[in-house]
Amino acid sequence: MAELRLKSSRFRAEREADWKRLENLLNRAEGGAARVLSDEDLIAIPVLYRSALSSLSVARATSLDQSVVDYLESLCARAYFFVYGSRARLIERIGRFFAHDWPAAAKACWRETLASAALTAGGVAVGMSLCFADSDWFRAFVPDDLAAGRGPAASAQALRATLFLNPHDQHQIQPWLSTLATFLFTHNAHVALMAFAFGFALCLPSALLMAYQGCMLGAFLAVFITHGLGVEAGGWLVIHGVTEISAIILAGAAGMRIGSTLAFPGERGRLEAVAAAGRTAATLMGGVLVMLFCAGLLEGIGRQLIQTTWIRYTIAAATGVMWLTYLYGPRPRRNGAAHG
Amino acid sequence: MAEAAARQRALVTPEGMDLRLRLAEASERAAAFLIDVAIIIGALVVMTILCLWGLAALGKDSGPAMAAIWLLGFFVLRNLYFILFEMTPRAATPGKRVLGLRVASRSGGPLTADAILGRNAMRELEVFLPLTFLLSHMETADAWISLTGLLWTGVFALMPLFNRDRLRAGDIAAGTWVVKAPKQKLLKDLAERDNGAHAAFAFTQAQLDAYGVKELHVLEDVLRRFDAKTVKAVAERIRRKIDWPDNPHESDGDFLDAYYRALRGRLETRLLFGKRRVDKFDRD
Repeated sequence: MAELRLKSSRFRAEREADWKRLENLLNRAEGGAARVLSDEDLIAIPVLYRSALSSLSVARATSLDQSVVDYLESLCARAYFFVYGSRARLIERIGRFFAHDWPAAAKACWRETLASAALTAGGVAVGMSLCFADSDWFRAFVPDDLAAGRGPAASAQALRATLFLNPHDQHQIQPWLSTLATFLFTHNAHVALMAFAFGFALCLPSALLMAYQGCMLGAFLAVFITHGLGVEAGGWLVIHGVTEISAIILAGAAGMRIGSTLAFPGERGRLEAVAAAGRTAATLMGGVLVMLFCAGLLEGIGRQLIQTTWIRYTIAAATGVMWLTYLYGPRPRRNGAAHG
Repeated sequence: MAEAAARQRALVTPEGMDLRLRLAEASERAAAFLIDVAIIIGALVVMTILCLWGLAALGKDSGPAMAAIWLLGFFVLRNLYFILFEMTPRAATPGKRVLGLRVASRSGGPLTADAILGRNAMRELEVFLPLTFLLSHMETADAWISLTGLLWTGVFALMPLFNRDRLRAGDIAAGTWVVKAPKQKLLKDLAERDNGAHAAFAFTQAQLDAYGVKELHVLEDVLRRFDAKTVKAVAERIRRKIDWPDNPHESDGDFLDAYYRALRGRLETRLLFGKRRVDKFDRD
């Protein structure tokens, strides 16, 4: 029977075992981590992939068996994604992110960061001055459920009570600190993701969100200042606020980066430019989430345990200096891998 | 066929082969997304029940821990579900897997973590924002604002329908696209199927020259499906075309099998001499 076989059948029979082996390895690699494969298998995949590619090229040119071409196309595409997809170990990826990618992304977005910070600062100034002029503005900026009684009508004592814990209450509060930190982190992360995503609509919604957050902040501060609690409220705010507000500003900046590139792509094609900007911005967003996690801990735990205003300010200053030097400080040029 | 060709894109590997990827249809992507949403909601319900059950079983002291677990779980499901699944080697969420889709970098390079983060963070704009406007209570004063908001955000939600590559806002921002990468099984070689009846068929060269590669592939398709009515119709057609003498004892299936095998052999031989016959109209 063998001599009666078609050439294309022989071609297939000779190579089928290799194809099946590649398929098998891919199934295992895609099912679980690449770790389930032995070193020998990992080395075999690129080799088998290239031989499958050459089989495909022969099959396309000569084989009249359509099912073989379809099969090889699908197999080669899967192998391609495995071979050329990023398979850096998670630990290495994370290391690279902290050592290089995140600060580089922050530096690349410095213009947007300044704009975003200016919008927030402007919002604070506007919110504050309007509330000084007429305390009714407070209700325009701050939704009732967020204000939680901290309005212009509240007494100084009631406001003070929101800044410091009642010493008799403390051990009741403590078990809930981790919950509070978690809530604050998830809530803020959500706001940050929103600020980022909205940037896509040509920056405008992100910019509005930044200005609005600033207004809200200004209105709050104005209420405390008019009740003679400015310094204490500042301490209450900055202990986590330095980290949290910076993170939100960076998130807004990341969004604006995408939006502004979409509007003014420069010399490259629009899609290409936006994709590049999007990746930088997304890296920055990864950093923002890390900062918000720290802010959640500072706010949920640090602020409740530290009740002295000057220590709160000290911690705030320390975090501020730390973020600035980490993100924008000079760092040694990485050799070799710097071109990656 | 034209539809499929319109969705086909070249992906040239570093080895110089074009893998001819097919982009996912908008409907496939919508279906995948709905499956994922169903999974997320299901997981949310299960998680809530487990947390409540834990609270009941462990007493009041476990309140803070259970609340923290629930909050974190909610956050992970809402924001990280897509990101974590797309970072796996398969680059697809369960919903995409069901439909044989995967995320790939448009440039053909590796799919990086930041691209995945970027494309999924945009969902905030495409899904949750329109949803907020849609669900916001439509009182008369707010109704117009909500409606305007819905229209404006609807642009982002429906973006895949308005561009050639079916890109949504997240894909544009991250430089990705969603391709169809189904697992194909290697089907049995039709020419190897032989029940001994083939010897009864001896086709002349002229009879084999009636068709080309295109018809061969159609025939392959017919034989693989083996729908009795189609097989009979096709067999009759071919018999007429090649003047095959009527024989009440031969089965249509055997006839087509034998003809497929003979035709493929003939076309292959001619290929060896550098002649590829595209279809029946291809004369040399």
